[in-house]
Amino acid sequence: MFEGLDAIFLARLQFAFTVSFHFIFPSFSIGLASYLAVLEGLWLWTGRQVYLDLFKYWLKIFALAFGMGVVSGIVMSYQFGTNWSVFSDKAGPIVGPLMAYEVLTAFFLEAGFLGVMLFGMNRVGKGLHFAATLAVAVGTFFSAFWILSANSWMQTPAGYAINAGGQFVPADWWAIIFNPSFPYRLVHTVFGAYLTTALVVGAVGAWHLLRAKPAEKGRNEGARVMFSMAMGMITVVAPLQIFAGDQHGLNTLEHQPVKVMAMEGHFKSHPDGAPLVLFGWPDEAAGKNLFAVEIPKASSLILKHSWDAPLKGLDTVDRKDWPPVPVVFWAFRIMVGMGMLMLTLAAFSLLARVRKRLYDWPLLHRFALAMGPAGFVAVIAGWVTTEVGRQPYTVYGLLRTVDSASALDAPAVGASLLAFVVVYFFAFGAGTYYILKLMSHPPHLGEEGPRRDQPVRAAGITPAPAVSESLATGKEA
Amino acid sequence: MPFDLPMFFAFIIAFAILAYVVMDGFDLGVGILFPFLPVGRERDSAINSVAPVWDGNETWLVMGGGGLLAAFPLAYGMILSALYAPIIAMLLALVFRGVAFEFRWRDPRHRPLWDVAFTGGSIVAALAQGITLGALLQGIAVQNRTYAGGWFDWLTPFSLLVGVSLVCGYALLGSTWLVMKSEGSLQERCHRLAFRLGIATIVAMAAVSAATPFLREAYWMRWFAWPQVLFTAQVPVLVAIVTFVLFWSLRRGHHYTPFLMALALFGLGLAGLGVSLYPYVVPPSVSIWDAAAPHDSLAFMLPGVLIMVPIILAYTGYSYWVFRGKTGHEGYH
Repeated sequence: MFEGLDAIFLARLQFAFTVSFHFIFPSFSIGLASYLAVLEGLWLWTGRQVYLDLFKYWLKIFALAFGMGVVSGIVMSYQFGTNWSVFSDKAGPIVGPLMAYEVLTAFFLEAGFLGVMLFGMNRVGKGLHFAATLAVAVGTFFSAFWILSANSWMQTPAGYAINAGGQFVPADWWAIIFNPSFPYRLVHTVFGAYLTTALVVGAVGAWHLLRAKPAEKGRNEGARVMFSMAMGMITVVAPLQIFAGDQHGLNTLEHQPVKVMAMEGHFKSHPDGAPLVLFGWPDEAAGKNLFAVEIPKASSLILKHSWDAPLKGLDTVDRKDWPPVPVVFWAFRIMVGMGMLMLTLAAFSLLARVRKRLYDWPLLHRFALAMGPAGFVAVIAGWVTTEVGRQPYTVYGLLRTVDSASALDAPAVGASLLAFVVVYFFAFGAGTYYILKLMSHPPHLGEEGPRRDQPVRAAGITPAPAVSESLATGKEA
Repeated sequence: MPFDLPMFFAFIIAFAILAYVVMDGFDLGVGILFPFLPVGRERDSAINSVAPVWDGNETWLVMGGGGLLAAFPLAYGMILSALYAPIIAMLLALVFRGVAFEFRWRDPRHRPLWDVAFTGGSIVAALAQGITLGALLQGIAVQNRTYAGGWFDWLTPFSLLVGVSLVCGYALLGSTWLVMKSEGSLQERCHRLAFRLGIATIVAMAAVSAATPFLREAYWMRWFAWPQVLFTAQVPVLVAIVTFVLFWSLRRGHHYTPFLMALALFGLGLAGLGVSLYPYVVPPSVSIWDAAAPHDSLAFMLPGVLIMVPIILAYTGYSYWVFRGKTGHEGYH
């Protein structure tokens, strides 16, 4: 059934699908792990019950998201070999050790302490439990560090030599790890993860503030605290992120100018100031943008900080080295659009905070609720921009995607792709449903930790906890 | 003689595989046994006993895959593209059973569904891992640094035999783990199951061991040539001793010894595998040194491995220690 399709295209689709799904979970759990550490730290410091309640509330959600991140991550560690064995052979000596360090310093740390973090509160004492939470949070950061180093090396390879077998071999590990795009990508991605989490937390807080009946107004302290913390985080990080993104863009212009040409939709060179194409449809065959709305010279101002600075276009590049322009162009616009909306939310919430209306301005709450998924949309769009923009190479400028794949058979790749799609939508769809269900209950006093004792209560063997079970699920509301 | 880095990393990866097989082995085993446990307290107890440690256990699988990519990139690409179907099946199965750990608690109405996913995922993952191992033992056709065989070369009676054997073996690990971690009716039930699974595992191991030397003459020579037969014969002798202790301790009603003996059986199985395969990583043609990453890649990882692996073992041990003792059905509060 897949005979008519190109095996390499299917393999790319499979990688894009599995990595995009996988990336959703870490981009949420990196931020959430830090948030949990902050909540537990605040609880230990101030002794306020609300922080512990929020910690346990979000811990249940973290357990679900983290589990999905683990299983979708295992898939990634084998995808390189199943579909991209030539890439693995050639780039493995450089990319492999970076990923091995990720496993050694991050995955074991996260997995080793996750059990204690989830189920060990009453077994190890507060201090040790906090240490476990911190270990998980630090682990998620280490993980981002190494995997983004490997990814950035594929974008801006450095510190390598090529041996007789055509393999990339390490010449300077420092140059490999801290390759030119890595610091920018790391900061931009980690900020993206923090924003994603803050937007989700803010949306959940906003939902419960909107739903609170007038009589309950004074009692929804959990919703207030999480909403305030999330809006504060967005207010600080959204402007920083826009600055970091701009810096990342300038770095890309220096090292991967063709990607920027595609992002900007610059088919033609502009010797005296390039326009900023706001919208349009890039027509690759014709080499121009249809229905384009442009601001003259603004692109040169952004990228070169001068109205009249010349910018080269795709007409200076051989067509066989073009990335798919419309995908890169639109993914970039979606990401930037989300960023602008986040900045608007940041400004709005700051205004509300100054006017002391943070908890009773329904328009703000509706906006924050609508922005709940914006972080996910932005990180996926950003990821598509940078990864599709790297095409037609796996190792930029050095190893072409078509030369990286295994000796693939379209039916085998197609069938496995189909299996991944079905399984992921079923399993992760169910997971998303359970997460939304947990979020639909407001955080409350004496929040339960992850679920260990629920079956006993459902059986009604111990009557007292059975009462708090009905409280926990909010049945009385 | 200079320090042989490829050999060292082959040892590290073998260690990761052993760690994975015994640790995820018992939690996959718990999944395989799920249909034999009554719904309710016994199942809840059984899954609670592995919930805090399962994803640490599966991290060893990532370590095995990532380590193979890092240290033996050529072998990684060849093995995974040759064993495409069973590897993908294993990954998908692990998705199902991994999410089931959390999902089954979220909605009582959906629990039967996730219990099926937990069992099905565990069985398919175990079967696929066994098939992968069997297919590797059979040998992989390679040409010009890539896989040169067909899409179904992995499917043979031998690979299926190894697959079924591994399912039995994991179930034995799971049942003896539960004998150690549980009490009452669950423990009694697992005790009975462990007897039968012990017999099934020993029969399966014997069948695989008997068939392996006939796969390739090299394996035959490796096992039976004089005088190394004096060394290789130790493996079956030790298996016999461990088997005896396993059944003896089950009969005496020990809690810990059966699990330790099941672990020892797996250790010996891996030792036997090492005897057959060494020095090849992709039999019959690619050796450890052929497939190894360049010296600088291995040297870069060496300090990481030497420093981090002991630390990992220490905190993994700590995490097991925190959850030591019998697991209640009502869990950790």
